[in-house]
Amino acid sequence: MPFNQKPQKFSAKINTVTIGTGDKAISLGGESVLPFYTFDGDIENAPKVGVEITDNGIDDSLPGIKAFYDGCASVADMAKKASQMEGADFVVLTLVGGDPNGDNKSVEDLVAIVKEVVAAVDCPLVVKGCSNVEKDAALLPKVAEACQGTNALIMSAKEENYKAVGASVGLAYDLNMGAESAVDINLAKQLNVISTQLGVKADRIAMDVGTAAVGYGYEYVVSAMDRIRGAALSQDDATLQMPIITPVANDSWNVKEAVASEEDFPEWGPREERGIGMEIMTAASDLVSGSNAVILRHPQSVATIAKMVKELV
Amino acid sequence: MALTGIQIFKMTPKKNCKECGSPTCMAFSMKVAQGAADISACPHMSEEALATLADATAPPMKTIKIGAGDAEYTLGGETVLYRHEKTFVSRPRYAVAICSCMDDATIDAKLEGLKKVDYERIGERMYVELIYVNYSAEDGQDKYLDIVKKAAATGRTLVLECTDEAVAKAALDICKDSKPVLNGATAANAEAMNAVATEAGVVLGVSGADLNEIYDTIAKLEGLGNKNLVVDVTGADVKTTFANAVQLRRAAIKDGDRTCGYPSIVKVAKLAKDDKYLQEALAALFTMKYGSIIVLQDMDYDQALPLYGLRQNVFTDPQKPMTVEPGIYPINGGDENSLCLTTVDFALTYFVVSGELERSGVPCNLLISDAGGMSVLTAWAAGKLSSGTIAKFIEEQVKDKVSCRKLVIPGKVAVLKGDLEAKLPDWEIIVAPNEATQLVKFMKEMA
Ligand code: SF4
Repeated sequence: MPFNQKPQKFSAKINTVTIGTGDKAISLGGESVLPFYTFDGDIENAPKVGVEITDNGIDDSLPGIKAFYDGCASVADMAKKASQMEGADFVVLTLVGGDPNGDNKSVEDLVAIVKEVVAAVDCPLVVKGCSNVEKDAALLPKVAEACQGTNALIMSAKEENYKAVGASVGLAYDLNMGAESAVDINLAKQLNVISTQLGVKADRIAMDVGTAAVGYGYEYVVSAMDRIRGAALSQDDATLQMPIITPVANDSWNVKEAVASEEDFPEWGPREERGIGMEIMTAASDLVSGSNAVILRHPQSVATIAKMVKELV
Repeated sequence: MALTGIQIFKMTPKKNCKECGSPTCMAFSMKVAQGAADISACPHMSEEALATLADATAPPMKTIKIGAGDAEYTLGGETVLYRHEKTFVSRPRYAVAICSCMDDATIDAKLEGLKKVDYERIGERMYVELIYVNYSAEDGQDKYLDIVKKAAATGRTLVLECTDEAVAKAALDICKDSKPVLNGATAANAEAMNAVATEAGVVLGVSGADLNEIYDTIAKLEGLGNKNLVVDVTGADVKTTFANAVQLRRAAIKDGDRTCGYPSIVKVAKLAKDDKYLQEALAALFTMKYGSIIVLQDMDYDQALPLYGLRQNVFTDPQKPMTVEPGIYPINGGDENSLCLTTVDFALTYFVVSGELERSGVPCNLLISDAGGMSVLTAWAAGKLSSGTIAKFIEEQVKDKVSCRKLVIPGKVAVLKGDLEAKLPDWEIIVAPNEATQLVKFMKEMA
């Protein structure tokens, strides 16, 4: 008696969101099966891997990253290099320097960097804000203007500033909007609902439902994503059918395991290897929970996750 | 499949004697069907009826025990596919692989190396629980028995991969008392291996070319009366292996096919040989979806720290939050003169706050009081974190141990400041920022 195979294909589907233009454009979503469940049905678009760079330039505390970007004189140079990284599908520029509690760079300075990056790369571009809601409300509309015609994805639209961000990104410049919520199905749904009410098209929204590094309350991430995917596919909830894009790098590289020096914890070994482990494992877990794209920093993590995706789809 | 009240009623003696505490056999049967009463409450059920019922009410996935004494582990027994539906009950266990095809120096180094990872995280000991011992026919029986002996001497529980009955028997003679797993049954040798495993009283691992062959072999072993099994789902590639792991688990739990309801073995070491990073990715993948024994080539801290953290998170009970022990936690070499900060015992809060404090580089003491494992705002709303609880904790457990009299409280409960100043007159009460991410800046300004 053979194994009784019962494919579980849903009639509902994840929306397809296309980022970028031309040959290098990528599509997120489009599947009607659970992540990597190719035995249930085809996965139209394999999950994608993005490389994060910031307006702060090269993080020279990590030898692997320093070596990779060696010779880059500007953020635009880095973007170009990142777009050629093995396994990379898109480049993510995070404007961390805009944070009023940090470097507090001006909107003009940051937009100038965005413009240089837009001119330098032909791969799909994703721009993330500085995570301060007021600053992002002022910054992201200008970023959208600078990205006009690139079909970029502008992330960091939150409940507090979605009107300003959505009106420019989604309505004025017809780009893709990343709706950011904090690891909760209801918050994710709410933001999608109000964003579409504002007039942003549903197939122009990707969700950033949040993550944590593995070991740091990651159980909430698993359950939030499991629920969101469940609602989208088995309950055909159109307000949760947006593809998910997850910024993995920041959380992964900021936990103790990836920050503590080898001098302080000699038995733990080199810091870079620990950070890569954090980044890879968090990304793999996010992908199998429902992320259609992950944002990573280290070349080794990017190559590895791209390889895993290739083996699975 | 679960039985209905009527089906159970048909099996009762219909005496209506009330000894079970229910007025009638019918009422009792209804309660049993709903799980509100246990069938054992009726002293008059026939053996035959009890056996039928036991079978029908058995969980969809077997609970399998491996190892002995302190090194005994429970695998399987899951009742849901997603943790939010209820909870996962048995965390996966990790193994490091050795093989009789390796030279002695490599084997010794691996056995020594796997002992390095051994630490505690939120009350759980993190270490390599299992050693996977692979038999290479070319290198002969003696070499294999030799490495089985060496591996057994570590005290870790073994998983023996060996499809040769005679060699398997000899290996079990060495280590059967410590209850290893014998991963050796295939379609070709099922009967003989079954005899070896049952005689030694150990769990038998089943493998096969594809799911159909695996399924048939399990069915055959069950027919021989052996339900003490695990399934090696490792296929030719990653895709097949993931498909095997998910489909078996789903068939057991969703479709109630008990022949699929056994824990799994996933050999990540084989799927991504010599690629440490891909092994990391796959170890996480199969920890999330349905690996029970996950075999790696090595385990160093750079793999263990994220992997064990992931496992600890995913395999917590959603109803019971993880907590850290209340007490004084010095950070960055904090001593009795260092600044004191307080927060709740919810593990996630502790990790986030202590991580940021560490990043600040400023020596300090983090004071964790018992707040019922809730986050700051929830604990405050529930009355588990108040000026009273904090003051009591400081008076009883802190004030004699530190000489600093500055206490930083979470920004989210800034309202407690006034009350605390009244209750702790010697102390200067300082309010922290609202979000942990602002702590680095805050600490640098305080220093
Ligand atoms: S004890 Fe058994 S026989 Fe007596 S009433 Fe209850 S179910 Fe019926």
